[in-house]
Amino acid sequence: MKVGVVTFPGSLDDHDARRAVDLAGAEPVRLWHAEADLLGVDAVILPGGFSYGDYLRAGAIARFSPVMDVLIPAAQGGLPVLGICNGFQVLCESHLLPGALVRNDHQQFQCRDQQLRVESTRTAWTSGFSAGEQVLVALKNGEGAYVAEDRTLDELEDQGRVVARYVGPNPNGSRRAIAGVSNARGNVVGLMPHPEHAVEAGYGPSVDGLTFFTSVLRSAVSA
Amino acid sequence: MGTVIVDVMPKHEILDPQGQAVAGALVRMGAAAFTEVRQGKRFALQVEGEVTQEHLDAARQAAMTLLSNPVIEDVVSVRAQQASERLQAHQEPSA
Repeated sequence: MKVGVVTFPGSLDDHDARRAVDLAGAEPVRLWHAEADLLGVDAVILPGGFSYGDYLRAGAIARFSPVMDVLIPAAQGGLPVLGICNGFQVLCESHLLPGALVRNDHQQFQCRDQQLRVESTRTAWTSGFSAGEQVLVALKNGEGAYVAEDRTLDELEDQGRVVARYVGPNPNGSRRAIAGVSNARGNVVGLMPHPEHAVEAGYGPSVDGLTFFTSVLRSAVSA
Repeated sequence: MGTVIVDVMPKHEILDPQGQAVAGALVRMGAAAFTEVRQGKRFALQVEGEVTQEHLDAARQAAMTLLSNPVIEDVVSVRAQQASERLQAHQEPSA
């Protein structure tokens, strides 16, 4: 199975994402923002970082890059897509996911280990977890507060599309402590924390993050 | 040469930490009269010739898709820059 990882100008975690894909047992494929070609991959990861310097709004310029012209219809057609941190912001700006991410309520960039509760195991990227499982991964962001209208938040809750929630004190002011959401079909997931930094013993707070990447392999096999 | 001015502001129900930080600094510099600050964005889109209705329509379209995110921001105005504003902008600050 091939998992593409997009590199935008300003992406930082594309290397770690490819490494996580490799450790999960899939073949990582480099995708370039300026090429409107997904190179036949079976899933795509939009990595963390500061695409286009976060100019205008985080993810706003990346959304109009050539690779997104082919990725958006592919995602709408069911291709598994995981957006991590800046990738989550790109997915929201692309309207593949509802809501938006705004500056942390305490105004500071934050980098720490963060406990999450996996709320939905129905997605392509979380099927390997058990419902309610708690995982420890890295959280590092300046604009990580998830916001949406109450009506949208209710809809996400009712449809089981809140993928993960922060455990303990809310680290960034996200509405309803939401750390990740999915689209209705469950193939597109956005996550503010970084599972790709928790995939190998000795490098990161745990190896809990690996399950996000092995889950997509499982969903591809069963599809 | 004409210019279309687009003003975008964060929605009122969205926390504006930048505005709050500015509000705090205003109090510290002694300007206590301002009870709230919200920080927005202004875009100046230049066109050939005078600004036409088509230019304004295209700017409004751009404002709703790229220049603002309707989940968190409102486009508060899309208008042609007035000649008096242009003069002001080019005046040297009086020392």
